[in-house]
Amino acid sequence: MIHSLFLVNSSGDIFLEKHWKSVVSRSVCDYFFEAQERATEPENVPPVIPTPHHYLISVLRHRIYFVAVIQSEVPPLFVIEFLHRVVDTFQDYFGVCTEAAIKDNVVVVYELLEEMLDNGFPLATESNILKELIKPPTILRTMVNTITGSTNVGEQLPTGQLSVVPWRRTGVKYTNNEAYFDVVEEIDVIIDKSGSTITAEIQGVIDACVKLTGMPDLTLSFMNPRLLDDVSFHPCVRFKRWEAERILSFIPPDGNFRLLSYHVSSQNGYPVGYRSLVAIPVYVKHNITFREGSSQGRFDLTLGPKQTMGKGVEAVLVSSQLPRGVLNANLSASQGTYTFDPVTKMLTWDVGKINPQKLPSLKGSMSLQAGASKPDENPSINIQFKIQQMAISGLKVNRLDMYGEKYKPFKGIKYMTKAGKFQVRT
Amino acid sequence: SVNTQYFIFELKAELNSDKKEKKKEAVKKVIASMTVGKDVSALFPDVVNCMQTDNLELKKLVYLYLMNYAKSQPDMAIMAVNTFVKDCEDPNPLIRALAVRTMGCIRVDKITEYLCEPLRKCLKDEDPYVRKTAAVCVAKLHDINAQLVEDQGFLDTLKDLISDSNPMVVANAVAALSEIAESHPNSNLLDLNPQSINKLLTALNECTEWGQIFILDCLANYTPRDDRESQSICERVTPRLSHANSAVVLSAVKVLMKFMEMLPKDLDYYGTLLKKLAPPLVTLLSAEPELQYVALRNINLIVQKRPEILKHEMKVFFVKYNDPIYVKLEKLDIMIRLASQANIAQVLAELKEYATEVDVDFVRKAVRAIGRCAIKVEQSAERCVSTLLDLIQTKVNYVVQEAIVVIKDIFRKYPNKYESVIATLCENLDSLDEPEARAAMIWIVGEYAERIDNADELLESFLEGFHDESTQVQLQLLTAIVKLFLKKPTETQELVQQVLSLATQDSDNPDLRDRGYIYWRLLSTDPVAAKEVVLAEKPLISEETDLIEPTLLEELICHIGTLASVYHKPPSAFVEGSRGVQHKRIPIRSGSGESSESQDTGGAPGATEAPAAVIPSQGDLLGDLLNLDLTPPTSTAGAPPGPPMPMGGMDLLGGGLDSLVGGGGSLLTPLSLMGSGFGAPAAVMPSSLNAPVGGGLGDLFDLGGGVGMPMGTFVPPKTLWLPAMKGKGLEIMGTFARRAGVIQMEMTLTNKAMSVMTDFAIQFNRNSFGLAPAGPLQVPTPLSPNQTIDVSLPLNNGGPVMKMEPLNNLQVAVKNNIDVFYFSCQYPISMLFVEDGKMDRQVFLATWKDIPNENEAQFQINDCHLNSDAASNKLQGSNVFTIAKRTVEGQDMLYQSMKLTNGICVLTELRVQTGSPTYTVSDRHTHALWVMIPARAGV
Repeated sequence: MIHSLFLVNSSGDIFLEKHWKSVVSRSVCDYFFEAQERATEPENVPPVIPTPHHYLISVLRHRIYFVAVIQSEVPPLFVIEFLHRVVDTFQDYFGVCTEAAIKDNVVVVYELLEEMLDNGFPLATESNILKELIKPPTILRTMVNTITGSTNVGEQLPTGQLSVVPWRRTGVKYTNNEAYFDVVEEIDVIIDKSGSTITAEIQGVIDACVKLTGMPDLTLSFMNPRLLDDVSFHPCVRFKRWEAERILSFIPPDGNFRLLSYHVSSQNGYPVGYRSLVAIPVYVKHNITFREGSSQGRFDLTLGPKQTMGKGVEAVLVSSQLPRGVLNANLSASQGTYTFDPVTKMLTWDVGKINPQKLPSLKGSMSLQAGASKPDENPSINIQFKIQQMAISGLKVNRLDMYGEKYKPFKGIKYMTKAGKFQVRT
Repeated sequence: SVNTQYFIFELKAELNSDKKEKKKEAVKKVIASMTVGKDVSALFPDVVNCMQTDNLELKKLVYLYLMNYAKSQPDMAIMAVNTFVKDCEDPNPLIRALAVRTMGCIRVDKITEYLCEPLRKCLKDEDPYVRKTAAVCVAKLHDINAQLVEDQGFLDTLKDLISDSNPMVVANAVAALSEIAESHPNSNLLDLNPQSINKLLTALNECTEWGQIFILDCLANYTPRDDRESQSICERVTPRLSHANSAVVLSAVKVLMKFMEMLPKDLDYYGTLLKKLAPPLVTLLSAEPELQYVALRNINLIVQKRPEILKHEMKVFFVKYNDPIYVKLEKLDIMIRLASQANIAQVLAELKEYATEVDVDFVRKAVRAIGRCAIKVEQSAERCVSTLLDLIQTKVNYVVQEAIVVIKDIFRKYPNKYESVIATLCENLDSLDEPEARAAMIWIVGEYAERIDNADELLESFLEGFHDESTQVQLQLLTAIVKLFLKKPTETQELVQQVLSLATQDSDNPDLRDRGYIYWRLLSTDPVAAKEVVLAEKPLISEETDLIEPTLLEELICHIGTLASVYHKPPSAFVEGSRGVQHKRIPIRSGSGESSESQDTGGAPGATEAPAAVIPSQGDLLGDLLNLDLTPPTSTAGAPPGPPMPMGGMDLLGGGLDSLVGGGGSLLTPLSLMGSGFGAPAAVMPSSLNAPVGGGLGDLFDLGGGVGMPMGTFVPPKTLWLPAMKGKGLEIMGTFARRAGVIQMEMTLTNKAMSVMTDFAIQFNRNSFGLAPAGPLQVPTPLSPNQTIDVSLPLNNGGPVMKMEPLNNLQVAVKNNIDVFYFSCQYPISMLFVEDGKMDRQVFLATWKDIPNENEAQFQINDCHLNSDAASNKLQGSNVFTIAKRTVEGQDMLYQSMKLTNGICVLTELRVQTGSPTYTVSDRHTHALWVMIPARAGV
């Protein structure tokens, strides 16, 4: 099981350690630092590192490495999932998960970690249970506690801890009862030089914010549930009902939670090559060329929307790692601003919103080192964007109903599409 | 440190303050210092004084402190005991649980004694929250004092908790038992039966995600009785594939992968299950990169075991520009594994794209991958080769070198197809600076010397800096020039003499020298043989060279989701203090309603599937030794071996070489110098090469030549199994012995390398009699350079069985900190004769008659000068028992029986003509399948 946890900042200092069994010397992290040094980028540190007596399993979040130390055979995914839960909990409690926030709240952090694991076994990792055990710090509460000497540790056994719905506490009360669902889809795409799609897939999630009194029982149905072929559910969802009727039926946790995540690939439900389910909402026309013997290269990029069902493409940001031989880029943007970092060779173009009538473009020349040969690399273009009020897969909620309670809640569903890893090769 | 002292002094005062609030703030400061690694143990008594409080937060903080420092202050920790014991009786279950939980974390012997009573109560507490906390506490206590836990009967209580009404308690009990079981591999702690499995499956639906992981991992250890039970468990586990927690998903995949092995392949449900496995695996790949990494390592195993699951999902393994490098490299591996004729065009287009990326490691691997595609998918070979040529045109140095290395492999796989590209390759000769690429290029030039006009010039150019080259290049150069010489003897005589003298006289490298001498002698003695040997047709290289060995793969499939599956090593090989971890095996399918016959034919997968030759066979090893595929053409196999070679006859050899080319004699004329002088052939050849199998009964007699022969099993002398040059400096000599009824593999390990060797481990491939190590290889490490040690490895017959050729062949893999080495060796069949092999006389007679004549074999042993009694005695030492003796017309007839470890009996009749050194043996055995055993054993 998980033996110890070290938190390491980007400059390689250990700023917190917690041991659930005997104390492991922090020198064990030297192996981690070695791996960190070898890695070209912070993200490239391998997640599992063997040492003579331990294994180090780490995740990098918010520029902090969470390094777990284990001594015997433990499923690595279990450790990684737990570390993610730690990160989520910190964010939940302190609003941000930064070194400063953790240091400011070090005692709460310690209390939380103690509550989350016992002897390396997960104990309480559900946000609502933790919050009953240890109250999140607020400015008001800190002041009140200081004056009255009261405590921010719950004195009673959390009600959710052992019930059949451990994710929900009893006795929830709201004056305004509301349930909001966000359908958020990220589209991952690789497009080749010629403009044809190599892969396109959608990672979707439905995040919920449910503030309902009592023990509500919800059902959510879809216009086109067939899209949801590959899904992961929050434990509250009744799996059998979904299997039989394709309806999501659940007693929701209180507050924010992820109801489900799903994956739509270009092939789901269709024979290969028959029809793609994944529409590509943006197209790119590009012409990036270098000529042999010339110290200049041409750069020409135009963006346009497609298959967006009339919804606007906004917050567009284009970035491209230009070849090492490029000294500078002299470009002009029809809209937005661009920057080129001559050290990292990173070209970034903040486009903003795409106007279908007047397509944004970025054109100009790149200067190469005099006498250098034509670069071998073909820069690839990465694009970020957002489209409001649309799920690119076409997923649509049909109805949301509540049973078990008498009041009428406010209900709302929002859709959004974002670019995930959206890559265009040139 | 003055600052620290002052800080401690200040805190001490605050801790002893009368004001509650001040006390609490002080304890918080103490904890805060502790979290950043400051030593605040000096405050122990002051902090413990704050423990008796009704403020829960303060109590928890003090407990946190106690857990950290109790070990360094055991005497003072005892002060806390009373409060703990009192808290365990508190009406608030939260406090009871907190107390028992904290007590278990204080690793001080004196405290653990006081823990037993409160723990016993808490295990039976009315509140499930307390029970589940107490369950974990048993595991903690076991870690501190295992004996105490057993004496107090806590293990039984824990087992009872598996039937608890609360699923969370069940999950924690399973987790605690699993952890304890890890240090007691053979204890039957998790005694799984259909009833307990049912309870676990019920709890699985209701407990937390973490509990689900523990329960699924525990389920994976169970072996269902039949396919119906297997299917019903699978059905109840499949919903877990849709869980949001990836660890739950992967543990469920493990259970399904293992249990589906038991399902009949024609069952509809089997197909359904296969389809259900793909989506969750694909989903794992859209998770965070570190989860992806673990998932990919496991998927790598899954696609080797069941490629059909993901065969349509190639695209999800395409590499994204901003994937971390560790994800990119894993994805590449899986792309190759999934490559097939159907998707090869796409894959190649991708790989070509990757080959122009920035990261050097990734680009290299991509280029290699193109070569592997060519070898794997024959239809794509041409396209791959042209892709590689395009890449060579880029002139990017490391791309060119990688490409040449893989093109060499492509030549090996498809001879006489793509040699037209050699000219292009030769253009890049000068830019190659990595040994592997240089060696590959030299190999190509030597192999195709007859088609390259200036092959001699090319090779000569390397010869100038011969001594600066790495060994790999030197060896290749030597071989290539010898090949060239055999192909174009007239122009290259000088060159070959030059390289032979460089290799044998000017080099300190024994490998190089040995190879040089071998060639030299071959060339000077028998140029025909030299040609047959050096230019022999090479066996084609196999499709996929990096497949995991099947037994290991099976074991790893049973360990999906663990560290073992990430490292692709058996759990016993690397987990700290591997206490003889039990090897997990995929169960063999047995139908619930089927008769045993149908099992025999349809069941055991190992018996029907073609064995994958991962460990090279003996012949290959020999070929590797010379690195030039010494497989002699079959025609020479039966011919008498060539004349013996005197050692160290340098002048003789020199002369031989001269006359070979210079003296007008054609290449094909054997050297007269050698031919007449040394008459008797076969004298030098090791006898084992003549007889099909050495180490049988013949050997038993051999040793008996002396007087005062020792009784006991015959032990053949140690032979060289792993030469140091194959073992990167590790040399292994070995033999087998049967001692006190246990088969021992006795080895002499010598470290001939410059560095120390550690972490030895051993594994066997499947073999005819299921021989397997009975324990880990005990090598007192480190093994220093030049150190030699003898080790003895007890074997048992519990391993997987596969018929080997020859039958007594054993393929062995030995691992140390440097690498994994493979060799094969042959054990004398007499090792397998068990002590209770003596048959009753009547039974013997009846059996002899019952065995059909076609199971009889007959042959003679020559040159044996023992009389029949001595022979009988001698054989008895090796568990060959004489049942009866008759003398007819001056001939002694011995009737003997022996029994093999797998229960097969062999009966023999041994006829000894008094005064004649010739024995005649007839034998019969109980099983037609094994008819070759005695013949092979020389019985």
